[in-house]
Amino acid sequence: MTKLAIINGKLADPAGNDLATGVILIEDDRILATGDITVPQDAETIDAAGLVVAPGLVDLGVFATDKPAFHFGGITRAALMPDQSSPLDDAGLIRQATRAGKPDFWVHPIAAATRGLKGAELAEIGMMQAAGAKAVGTGRQWIADSGVMMRVLSYASGLGLTVITHAEDSGLAGKAVATSGETATRLGLPHAPACAEAMAIARDIMLARVTGGAIHFRLVTTRAGFDLIRAARADGLRITCGISPAYLFLSDNAVTDFRTFARLSPPLRSEDDRKAAIEAVADGTVDVITSSHDPRGPEDKRLPFADAAPGMAGAETLLALSLNLVRDGHVTLNRLMTLLSANPARILGVNGGSFAAGAAADLIFIDPDAPWIVDSGKMAAQAGNTPFDRMPVQGRVRRIMKGGNFL
Amino acid sequence: MPDIPVSSTQSDLEGGDLTGRALFPHRHLLSIADLKPWEIRFLLDEAEHWARSNRGGARKHDDRLAGMTQINAFFENSTRTLLSFEIAGKRLGADVVNMHAGQSSVKKGETLIDTAMTLNAMAADVIVIRHASSGAVALIADKVDCPVLNAGDGWHQHPTQALLDALTIRRRKGGFEGLIVAICGDVLHSRVARSNMLCLAALGAQVRAVAPPTLMPPEVEMLGATPYTRMDEGLEGADVVMMLRLQNERMDGAFIPSPREYHMLYGLTPERLAIARPDALVMHPGPMNRGVEIASVVADHPQRSAITEQVEMGVAIRMACLDVLTRGARGVEGWA
Repeated sequence: MTKLAIINGKLADPAGNDLATGVILIEDDRILATGDITVPQDAETIDAAGLVVAPGLVDLGVFATDKPAFHFGGITRAALMPDQSSPLDDAGLIRQATRAGKPDFWVHPIAAATRGLKGAELAEIGMMQAAGAKAVGTGRQWIADSGVMMRVLSYASGLGLTVITHAEDSGLAGKAVATSGETATRLGLPHAPACAEAMAIARDIMLARVTGGAIHFRLVTTRAGFDLIRAARADGLRITCGISPAYLFLSDNAVTDFRTFARLSPPLRSEDDRKAAIEAVADGTVDVITSSHDPRGPEDKRLPFADAAPGMAGAETLLALSLNLVRDGHVTLNRLMTLLSANPARILGVNGGSFAAGAAADLIFIDPDAPWIVDSGKMAAQAGNTPFDRMPVQGRVRRIMKGGNFL
Repeated sequence: MPDIPVSSTQSDLEGGDLTGRALFPHRHLLSIADLKPWEIRFLLDEAEHWARSNRGGARKHDDRLAGMTQINAFFENSTRTLLSFEIAGKRLGADVVNMHAGQSSVKKGETLIDTAMTLNAMAADVIVIRHASSGAVALIADKVDCPVLNAGDGWHQHPTQALLDALTIRRRKGGFEGLIVAICGDVLHSRVARSNMLCLAALGAQVRAVAPPTLMPPEVEMLGATPYTRMDEGLEGADVVMMLRLQNERMDGAFIPSPREYHMLYGLTPERLAIARPDALVMHPGPMNRGVEIASVVADHPQRSAITEQVEMGVAIRMACLDVLTRGARGVEGWA
């Protein structure tokens, strides 16, 4: 039995309100105790002076198991989207995905809600759950058929699984690659009105009301969308939502000059929606910040804008960009760790995001002020498709502990 | 030809107050949005010279681009624009090579960038590109060492079309200040409309975008045009009526119910043309859908229609653009 005591660090406990200096005592792969405690004689001590100690980030919704990028970004667990080359609609594929990162990284696969993600027939959700799936997902698309979506919600709720959905009405979104507005008009890009998101959210909220199912809207990016979620939550529905830093710090004018690294799904929104997203983080409407990590090489991105694949490599910049929210006074560091770690862990039902006794000893040691410059040419990720290229940021993860072991 | 009213901008033809040759500080011609009004006027003045020489008799050759290779890389079908660029290049003495997507390795899965690198390796001196995707031409321009002319990219831009339209208007109307130009039809999917709105607004015209609501781009005002969804209101007092081609694939009920309903509501008929100014000019970038967006009797009107003149000015504009963009490479004094 080895005991480790992390001392002198400032603890960013998601359950707390402020940073507090204290000790984290670890035995094997679990936290024994945290706070103002006496370090036992037999414990090895780790000095975390000058660093913030936080739970490892839990990234709710990534498209690739990209360990170097996750480790750089302080992410110790990620929920893998079912949109893989073979959609994760089968227990065997789920079992394989859960093993892909171990031991130093844990993948929690999201089971495809429907066979082949086609939005028609229910996939074997129960068998996939038994194989390790932690949630059910519609993937990159929403399920257009409301009857199918209702049955997905209803069935998943019986298994205690949350349904992670993509909120874009496919009839409106169609082949659009940009949000309707000045930029799309100037560039001559196929576009869809931003209300495609609210329409999808409104329907799914209705279905959640009927079925009692739990829904997590993976990326909500518009004012109208946040308004619907606030109202649904006030009614006591089991609705949560997430966002990625791109929608907090960029608006659709980032697409100017046809920058395919800024081609995302859903597309970047107006400046007004961007401000609404910041407000939604500040007022607690947003539950999760995800990297939505989707590394894409030149074969997917060095193409005309509308032909390029959507998505950005976000794992490395997730923490540093999110720390801007703390600097700007929108959230405390503790609250940020709730968004980046505790809430996603809770939605997935996995042991993470906590300093409580018995919690997994997944910890990151952050130097929150360390400056660095995002460089798409020098990323740890499988590809450097970041719309934040050349942006100066602050905040580096200096050490990562996964299950009691430093990496 | 009807009387040409001489406006205050007649001096455009002479190049303004400054007599020296204006520089054109652009490596490529990708979008009208990149151009200052005086740069547009400079290209129009240059083209005016070629328009005159093109009418000057049987021998139209000028060999200033002799020994240079011009590649017309057309990834999307075109007849008149390709022909126009080919004739323009040949009149300047360039060796013109045409590459059609249909017969190229693009069909075999080669990426656009690889194709661009291939064209570049063949040491082209100027490349003219058309592509069905917005932004594709700029993507290639970034990767090659020679000037690139955008001959149309998706819904985005078709700058030489806007320049030839402006030249046609200037020759027929004398200038742009205060001129009301109605651009009518499928504005949403039209690169011609986007280029023309920016170009004509920059030159001082009052531009109107006239389209069914389903074919009107959002925030079209930002491109300098006032939106009108009723044809008759959009035509009121117009000096120029510029019709756009309605693509066949838009007519199947997706954006408008049918070609005949479109013709009823937005077709340019003699009755409707009467709403515009009595001397209003009729333009169309071609190819026309006769009986859909424009009635034959209007398209063929000997005084009012400038449609064949547009084609003629197209060659002049493309000669001007090819000449100006290759001056650096040719070592023309003051440009190299």
